[in-house]
Amino acid sequence: MELICPAGSMPALQTAVDEGADAVYIGFRDDTNARHFPGLNFNGQRAQSAVHYAHNAGVKLFVAINTFPQPAGWSRWTDAVDHAVDLGVDALILADIGVLAYACERYPHLALHLSVQSSATNCEALKFYQKHFGIRRAVLPRVLSLDQIKQVAANSPVDIEVFGFGSLCIMAEGRCFLSSYVTAESPNTSGACSPAKAVQWEEKDQVRSTRLGKILIDRYAPNESAGYPTLCKGRFIVNGQTYNALEEPTSLNTLELLPELRAAGVKAIKLEGRQRSPIYVKQVVKVWRQALDTLHKEGDTFTPRVEWMQQLAAVSEGSQTTFGAYSRPWQ
Amino acid sequence: MKISLGPIQYFWPKNKVVAFYREMAETPVDIFYLGETVCYKRNELRLSDWIEIAHQLASNGKEVVLSTLALLEATAELNSVRKVCENGEFMIEANDIAAINLLSEAKLPFITGPTINSYNIQTIKYFQALGMLRWVMPVELGRQTLKKIITGLDPENLPQTEVFAYGKLPLAYSARCFTARAHDLPKDRCQLKCLNYPDGLLLESQEQRSLFTINGIQTQSGDCYDLRSQWREMKRIGVDVMRISPQAENTSDIINDLYANIQNDEVVNYAESGFCNGYWFGQSGLEWVAAAE
Repeated sequence: MELICPAGSMPALQTAVDEGADAVYIGFRDDTNARHFPGLNFNGQRAQSAVHYAHNAGVKLFVAINTFPQPAGWSRWTDAVDHAVDLGVDALILADIGVLAYACERYPHLALHLSVQSSATNCEALKFYQKHFGIRRAVLPRVLSLDQIKQVAANSPVDIEVFGFGSLCIMAEGRCFLSSYVTAESPNTSGACSPAKAVQWEEKDQVRSTRLGKILIDRYAPNESAGYPTLCKGRFIVNGQTYNALEEPTSLNTLELLPELRAAGVKAIKLEGRQRSPIYVKQVVKVWRQALDTLHKEGDTFTPRVEWMQQLAAVSEGSQTTFGAYSRPWQ
Repeated sequence: MKISLGPIQYFWPKNKVVAFYREMAETPVDIFYLGETVCYKRNELRLSDWIEIAHQLASNGKEVVLSTLALLEATAELNSVRKVCENGEFMIEANDIAAINLLSEAKLPFITGPTINSYNIQTIKYFQALGMLRWVMPVELGRQTLKKIITGLDPENLPQTEVFAYGKLPLAYSARCFTARAHDLPKDRCQLKCLNYPDGLLLESQEQRSLFTINGIQTQSGDCYDLRSQWREMKRIGVDVMRISPQAENTSDIINDLYANIQNDEVVNYAESGFCNGYWFGQSGLEWVAAAE
């Protein structure tokens, strides 16, 4: 299985390459990708250096152009495709039908991967994208159980990539508007979920509060650590109870599921976190490289080392991890 | 301007559904979207029951469309979409690319629902070439983008455009069932708790501000989206159909009000608390913009 690693900056990219990524994925410095955060991502010159650095080490470079253009911005997306092709990257990770059609028609030999933002959860959807745009690989949304992934992979006309680790989207990606409902910006339209400019941190009478736009996302007692106010991870009131009504602050970690994912025919594991620091990238890529190498040697007897789990928990949201939708009880 | 009634987003007992459509058949709704779009486990009505309702409405001169599930995870769910697509009689609203694949391969015309990401001219033209006759705008888009899309399409070959105009906005779909979670139950043993919430389950911030509505695996807006006052603007832009989403109560009043406004060529501003319309005006969805027409 290939290890696909995130990079939001040149130092992160170099770290990912040095620590053993098989491929690194990046985005350009605008709203054409789903991690459009201030100070993150690659402009023209940097992107060129990124390609050189990766290719010199025999590592592939993918570019995510995986948001949904509206008419006013359309040319930004086609320019991004053209630019990525000029750079000589190894694959584009696309989501929008219009952009896929453009890339496929203009560059028929270009390797196209279907972004998780396309929300393709079943073999009929994958057949559609393969037949119309010749995609070679699809990244599955984080809404499928392990059994469902096996079913999809067994019937898929293209290679399957799944998320192995990182922040957990609990909604079907590409179909979640919680963020724009509160902040006017969503991953689909602006490449950002719960954007930083809408975030407010307050402290009053020793109670810390986090807000997104006008909405109180959570309140923290002095002994609690406050998390980033992502909408789906706030504490809200339902039926008179205050709790994490949608999800707790937690990260996805599928290390223990690796043998099963491999048996299902999954071809690549994606690590989330282009918005995270080079230190995060180093820690996570290192562990996952070791894990995949060990899996290769040990086969089905593979079990994750305790220290790997500890190292991953240390860089996880709320310091805890979950199998997410891979496990039925979570659902 | 036509008025449509979207699929029932909630889980109602069969007798309520049957009575609901008996009542709706008497309203000026032009187009009915029928079927379960949220959760495969909501089994009060089978496909044959929906088809029976479809026949009754069609015999009242109504256009009937069958809507498919939005999030397909299990093989059984995909198979249920196959069955709907193969009904042989009624047009389909595709709510997942899977349905578009099945319908375009069968050379059948279709409608794309609000969960199909049609954000630009190129995407809509692509679907048109595959047989799309009507598209429903994604709910997070607004009038500026819509205007640009419609003016960019081929005027000789315009698809029909439909806008979600009233009801709780469908905002997200998850593997997790939040209604089951609210009852501390796993999804696989949910006891069909959604039956308890005919208008969904309110989720508020800790400051008691309504935020979302929990509806099984679907998350909706906490406030009700209301674009009824925008019918004239929509007509100017080129919208063909305004969609009303079924409510547990008062749906016929909402339809009748909108219909009367259109007939009388008047715009009524309904500015009540608990409503939102921000998306249409390019703002956060939860905002209420006092409608300057």
